[in-house]
Amino acid sequence: MSSPLRAVLSRLVKSVAVVLAIVLLNFLLIRLAPGDPASVMAGQAGAADQQFMDQLREQFGLDKSIYEQAWIYLKGIAQGDLGFSYRQNTAVWQLIAERLPATLLLTVSAFIFALIAGVVMGAIAAMNAGRSLDFIISVVSLVFYATPLFWIGLMSILLFSVYLGWLPAFGMMTVGAGYTGWDHVLDVARHLVLPATTLGLFYMAVYARMTRASMLEVRDMDFVRTARAKGLKSGPIVRRHILRNAILPIITLAGIQAGQLVGGAILTETVFGWPGIGRLAFDALLQRDYQVLLGVFLITSVMVVIFNIITDLIYRVVDPRMGASA
Amino acid sequence: MNASLRRFLTNPKAVVGLVILMLVVLAAIFAPVIFPRNPWQMASRPFLPPFQDAKFWLGTDMLGRDILAGLAYGAQISLIVGVASTVVAVVVGVLFGAMAGYYGGFVDDALMRVTEFFQTIPTFVFALLLVAILSPSVMSIIIAIGVVSWPPVARLVRSEFASLRSRDFVKAAVVLGQSNRQIIFSQILPNTMSPVIAMASLMVASAILTEAAISFLGLGDPNMMSWGYMVGAARTVIRQAWWMSFFPGIVILLVVLALNLVGEALNDVLNPRLARKGRQ
Repeated sequence: MSSPLRAVLSRLVKSVAVVLAIVLLNFLLIRLAPGDPASVMAGQAGAADQQFMDQLREQFGLDKSIYEQAWIYLKGIAQGDLGFSYRQNTAVWQLIAERLPATLLLTVSAFIFALIAGVVMGAIAAMNAGRSLDFIISVVSLVFYATPLFWIGLMSILLFSVYLGWLPAFGMMTVGAGYTGWDHVLDVARHLVLPATTLGLFYMAVYARMTRASMLEVRDMDFVRTARAKGLKSGPIVRRHILRNAILPIITLAGIQAGQLVGGAILTETVFGWPGIGRLAFDALLQRDYQVLLGVFLITSVMVVIFNIITDLIYRVVDPRMGASA
Repeated sequence: MNASLRRFLTNPKAVVGLVILMLVVLAAIFAPVIFPRNPWQMASRPFLPPFQDAKFWLGTDMLGRDILAGLAYGAQISLIVGVASTVVAVVVGVLFGAMAGYYGGFVDDALMRVTEFFQTIPTFVFALLLVAILSPSVMSIIIAIGVVSWPPVARLVRSEFASLRSRDFVKAAVVLGQSNRQIIFSQILPNTMSPVIAMASLMVASAILTEAAISFLGLGDPNMMSWGYMVGAARTVIRQAWWMSFFPGIVILLVVLALNLVGEALNDVLNPRLARKGRQ
């Protein structure tokens, strides 16, 4: 078996193991909650009579041993059963599936914005290292690195929506406008600007700092000097030689931070009323709807695992050394 | 040490950071003296704008509570949670990292898989779940943040241990018949502390951000005034009272910025070799 294929396979096996571990952690978490899980769930359903609790106990196998319970839980998950929200009287899976596209749209837009803006800022700073432009970019990234995301969201609503009136502050589309086709796309895009920027600014700061550090490191390496000696212009050197190597640690970091991006989505969706799973998690949090919370945790974890596989593949494509050997 | 201390104290980043931190620590300690009234109590008329009443510089919220007093009391919980959760994370991370790096082999593999697992899961979602399940209190927030923040410490300590374990002074300790525990804690560990200290100050910063986010979502300790709670409570009245959310946010920003500056300065002084990487 060729080594890249083996690497991808071992990555997949590892990912399956991680997902299994998350499922088990989920199973243990609900049992960590104070009191009997049946009474917790019955309390949420608003009916705590004995008959209903017995029914719940039987349904979740709470009268069986903990191993059997874990097995029942695992089987349920494998069949796509993430539990039932008695608060909303809907299957958890359905609640999440309805809201997943909105969250994906938000996080992916924020990520692309952060990556492009961050790398460009970092590259400009590195090429002007020690000058005032470098200093300004460094201060800006230091500040965004330290600013609470939810506060940036609120302040941007205040500025761009309340005072300037440029952009909508709430939701994903204009309610009742009934736009179709391109008008609908534009409407959603206008609603997306503030949330996506808010979520992306922190990561923009991270990527800018990292790109700068990484480019300064690569800049002095031998192969760059060789490229220069060959008579290449500085544009192609920066793009093809420095940036392509400097971007590798950023891809790794992006994979590691995918989980944090999801956490940021909860805050962003809460501030902007964005109808995604973050908003769902916030509502579930207020109502202590554990089934929904656990479902969101499981799905977002799986999203992160998938994202990690993708960044791993991108890394292989971008890494100049990988390209040479394949 | 004195030379390093002098270099640290003459570093402009460290000076700016330390001055801000000092002010916040003083505010937290003397909050009950400067603002004897309970910060949850009504102090003046509701929605008093800032800079209009000399007694309430930063105005009041929708229940007439003094914003400035809230900020001073909020400093207490931010600092307590920031420091305590970092201590939890450092203890767990050092134990995991030391064992993995010292013993290597199977122990290393097993512990590192656990570490990777905790790095993969969405940490903020996990922290929220823990606080919700354990029921919101200062204690549960500290535990939740500690549980999600230790992996970077474990990785750092592991790599230091792995490189130190074959050094001569460790071999000498083995020859002298010291137990593994003695070697880990009294020989190797002290040599790994400087990067850990620099990392810890950055961790306090991110713990404060996480605490603010948890409280913002309404999962804070219901008995303690917190900056995140103040911003969260101001969310619904943002159009009428910008100051209610503006000032707490600025304070969070300044404290986190100060801790990051101190952390970077510590990195510059304690690990000149790693200084550039620390800035990532």
